[in-house]
Formats: sequence, C-alpha cells, structure tokens
Amino acid sequence: MPANPHNGHTDLGIGLGLRVPHYRHILEKKPVCDWFEIISENFMVDGGRPLEVLDSILEQYRVVQHGVAMYFGNADPLNRDHLQKLKRLVKRTNTPWLSDHLCWGSVGGRCSHDLLPMPYTMSVARHTAEKIRQARDFLEVPICVENVSSYAEFTQNEMTEWEFLNEVVEQADCGILLDVNNIYVSSQNHGFDPFEYLRAVPHPRVGQIHIAGHTRYENVILDTHDHPVPDPVWDLYAEAIQLSGSTATLLEWDDKIPSFADVHAEALKASRYLHEHSHA
Amino acid sequence: MSTRTPSQLRTNADLRHLQRTMAAALMQPLSLQDGMNAKTQADFITPNDRMSGFERLEIYARQYWFRLLDCLYEDYPALRVFLGERRFHQLCRDYLAQHPSTSWTLRNLGSALPSFITDLRARDIARVEWAQTLAFDEVLKKLLRIDDLLGTDLSTLRLGIQPCVVLLEIDHAVDHFITAMKKTDADVRGSASQAMSEAPTRDSIAKAPKLKRERVHLVVHRHDNMLYFKRLAPESFAMLAALRDGLTLADAIELALAHATPDTDWPAQIREWFTEFSQLGWFVKSPQKS
Repeated sequence: MPANPHNGHTDLGIGLGLRVPHYRHILEKKPVCDWFEIISENFMVDGGRPLEVLDSILEQYRVVQHGVAMYFGNADPLNRDHLQKLKRLVKRTNTPWLSDHLCWGSVGGRCSHDLLPMPYTMSVARHTAEKIRQARDFLEVPICVENVSSYAEFTQNEMTEWEFLNEVVEQADCGILLDVNNIYVSSQNHGFDPFEYLRAVPHPRVGQIHIAGHTRYENVILDTHDHPVPDPVWDLYAEAIQLSGSTATLLEWDDKIPSFADVHAEALKASRYLHEHSHA
Repeated sequence: MSTRTPSQLRTNADLRHLQRTMAAALMQPLSLQDGMNAKTQADFITPNDRMSGFERLEIYARQYWFRLLDCLYEDYPALRVFLGERRFHQLCRDYLAQHPSTSWTLRNLGSALPSFITDLRARDIARVEWAQTLAFDEVLKKLLRIDDLLGTDLSTLRLGIQPCVVLLEIDHAVDHFITAMKKTDADVRGSASQAMSEAPTRDSIAKAPKLKRERVHLVVHRHDNMLYFKRLAPESFAMLAALRDGLTLADAIELALAHATPDTDWPAQIREWFTEFSQLGWFVKSPQKS
C-alpha cells in the first residue's frame, strides 16, 4: 500500500524530520533526501526565520506536516485558532497528508504540551473519530493518526490499544501513521506482544511509518528519540513493511541530534527493508 | 465535581471528568525532589508488575514540569545567569504554578514572567528577553515606500511600526549585560518526542556580568533574521512610541520634542531619524484610518 487515499496517493520513500541543527547543512549542501517532515506547530508563527527556512526547503523538497497539538482525544472541542493557523500552513506547504497523534493533551483551557494516553472505550473512540472527521473537513487534506508511546493505562479501558485504534480509524475513515517504535515502547511498558498489535492494524489504512530510538530505564522505556533505531524496532519495521507494503517511512531523531549525514545514514537503513519487499 | 473518576466512560462528560482529574494531578507542583504530591489520587491508573498507578502517573507529572521549565530556561537564559540556578529554578516553578500554559503553543508560556517578577533588575532583564521572543518571530509587514506617502496630508499622516520592532524603556543596561553573556539567538524548539526524562539543569552556569543601573531607551529588532539591540535618544524613542500608539506624525514629533533643548537642529535631526529607521525597515503603513 505505498500510495493510498490516506497519504494523498503519494509514493514517498524515506524521509527525515526537519530539525534546527541541520538547517544550514540542508540549505547549503542540498543533500538528496526523499522528503522532510516538519512539526507543524514550529511553523505556525507569523514571521521570522522559521518561515523563511521553510520556504527555502519547499523550493527543493517535498514536505509533510506532522502535528503535536491537535489533541483529537480531548473531551473539549477542537481549538479553532489552532485549526485556522494549521490550515494556513497546509496551504503554504501543500502537504499531501497531515498527521497528528491519537492522544489528548489539554482540558478546561490548560495545556499539558504532552501526548497523553487515551482511555480505550467505545464511547471515547466515537468521540475521537468525530473530531478527526471535523478536522479533516476543515483542513481539506487526508489525516493519519499516530499511535503514541504510553507509560500508563486507565482502569476504565474496555479494549486493547490496537482495538481502540481500529475503532477510531474505521469510524473516522482516516489513515494511520504507524509508529513501530511506539508500539515497541508501549509493549514493554504494558506487557503485550508488539507483533500481535502489528498484525491487528488495518494495513490498507497505513499511510506512513515512523521509526525512532528510545531509552530504557529500570522500570520503564521512554520514547526519547535520542538514539539510533534498536534491533527490536527494526524487526517490527520489517514486519510492518511486509504487512503494509513499501510505505513512506520517517526517522525521528529529536534530542542529542548528530550530524545530518549520520541521521540520514540511519534512516537509509530502512531502504533495505523497502527494497527487499519490492523485490519479494 | 467528585474527585473519584467514573468507573466507566459512557459520555463525553465522563471523559472530561477523567481528563480534568489527570490534568490536575500532573499540573500540581512537584516536590523539591521532583516527586508528585504523595496525596495525589491515582486510582484511575492501572499498576503493572513494576510500578504502581501512582508511579506511572508520576512519569507524566515530571514530563509536564520538566518540559515547561525547559521552555522558560530556553527563553530566559540571561535571567537565569543573573539570578543563579537556584533562584531562577524557584522563580520558574512559582511562576508556572500561577501561570500554567493556556495555549497550544509554548511560545507564549513566558509572556507574563516579567510582570510576575518583583525585583526591578531581574524584571528589566526579563522584559528584554521577552522582547527578543517577540522580535524573533513576529510578522514582518510590507515595508513603507515613498509611493505610499504620495498625496497624503502630512498633518494627519499616521505611520505604523513593525510588530517585530519592540520598544523598551528600562532602568538597567540589559543590552550590555546580554551582549557580555554572548547569548546566542533563540531558535525554534519542539519535537515529536513525548519524553522529558530529566529536569532542565545545565552543565554549568555562566558567571553573571555586572548589570549597570542606567536609563536606556532600547529597541529590540530583527534584521535579516538576526536579533539586534539599538539604543535611541529619548526624543527619537518617544516619537517611535507615539507612532506605534497611533498618533499622527505631527503629534508624535510634537510630543517627542516637548522637552527638547533648543540648541539642536531638530528638522535635520528628524530627517536623519527617518532615513535611518526607514533603511532598517521599521515603518509600515498604519492600519488606522487617518
């Protein structure tokens, strides 16, 4: 399923997150890179260097928007100010699809700036799906929702995370940004089989895949995006490609960021799996 | 509202109740050891074989505080150097307890910090650092051209000032203080990582330069995407401030020169100001009708 309605029928390869330490290298050296993912909220400003850099990047590269503040899972309605600024950016980037997380993050006007886990219930799935539909109708671009890493589960849960994900995306008729690192992190924190999760995902809805590294502590794994992709995550990625096809893939590296060349080399390891699949 | 969360989530009100309870737990101040208040209700979180519900919730509480503290550390590096690590950290905690984020963007998190500070020297530093945040990414409007002025009645002409040009009257030489610190410009922040596993402590804190008491009319502005300080004479500062506040050009000049000494060739001086400020791109067409 490389190209499908959920990624705007595009067939992108391996992308990188556009991060500040790499701006100069990218603008001066113009390295070959299939596409860049931007954090939408970093560019939802009125002026200055962020937008100037973005415009220069857009002259050379395909850019896909990834958000961190739509909070589809909030009990409260979608934030109109956020949506309007997001739509302005969508028009600027011409992003073929847009992603954000299956999570909540604010309530009663107070914002956590975190990607907080959802309670997995049918009524919450219905509510969340409705908000995804509302956002898509307003933004007029396909939406993929990303499974998050989590460190806690609610006593009110009625189903597994993957059952909840399926309910939401089927009811919203939207795509999935499948983060295989997040599946791994949550599987270790909650004690489930990550391959069972992978197999249960509706694969025709996978529009994009995320890979990343994490940090293991004594009692928990945190989704830190500050390491190379570890072997168990590559194993999950290989399975995800088998199941979903040669899907647009992005490496996230957000902290302790090495050189552009090092990050790009790590991302290009994914090409082996994509290549094997396309020749299978 | 009951403190106990609903055992089942049947309605959106149930979901809101659960989210309000969890948010209240995360946003209450951490202990000095960065722990969550021991009395926090966490019975809505399932324990696992390694951690209690309380400990699992505490991960999110720490992430909340570390992330917001980190934001203030990024926005106010000079204030941190001036106050020292311990006082700055406490100030940030006190501030966030009273001013939690109410926006989807962290950009405005520190906007009320200057007015929160009672120490006048620290407040001046905070005002300048907040001005830098504004100058960094406020909009750069279309520049005023000579053609825009053709046919206008100069007695009723109103000019605007670029939103990314911030005027400040301060009582301390904060510009020199920050320059001495060799502060680098703030850049965009944020990532898709959820985790903030460590409190925002830095390896070492620079030794604070001396902050001299001095009345300064300061402009913090952006030019070619770099931030600059520019000191102005009181008269030119007053004229710009008056234009920013919507006065006509004639009134702004009159106000600016109300207490000016007569031994200056003011018409020539004003022409010089306009030449310089126009070259810097500070003037825009006023949105107000004349």
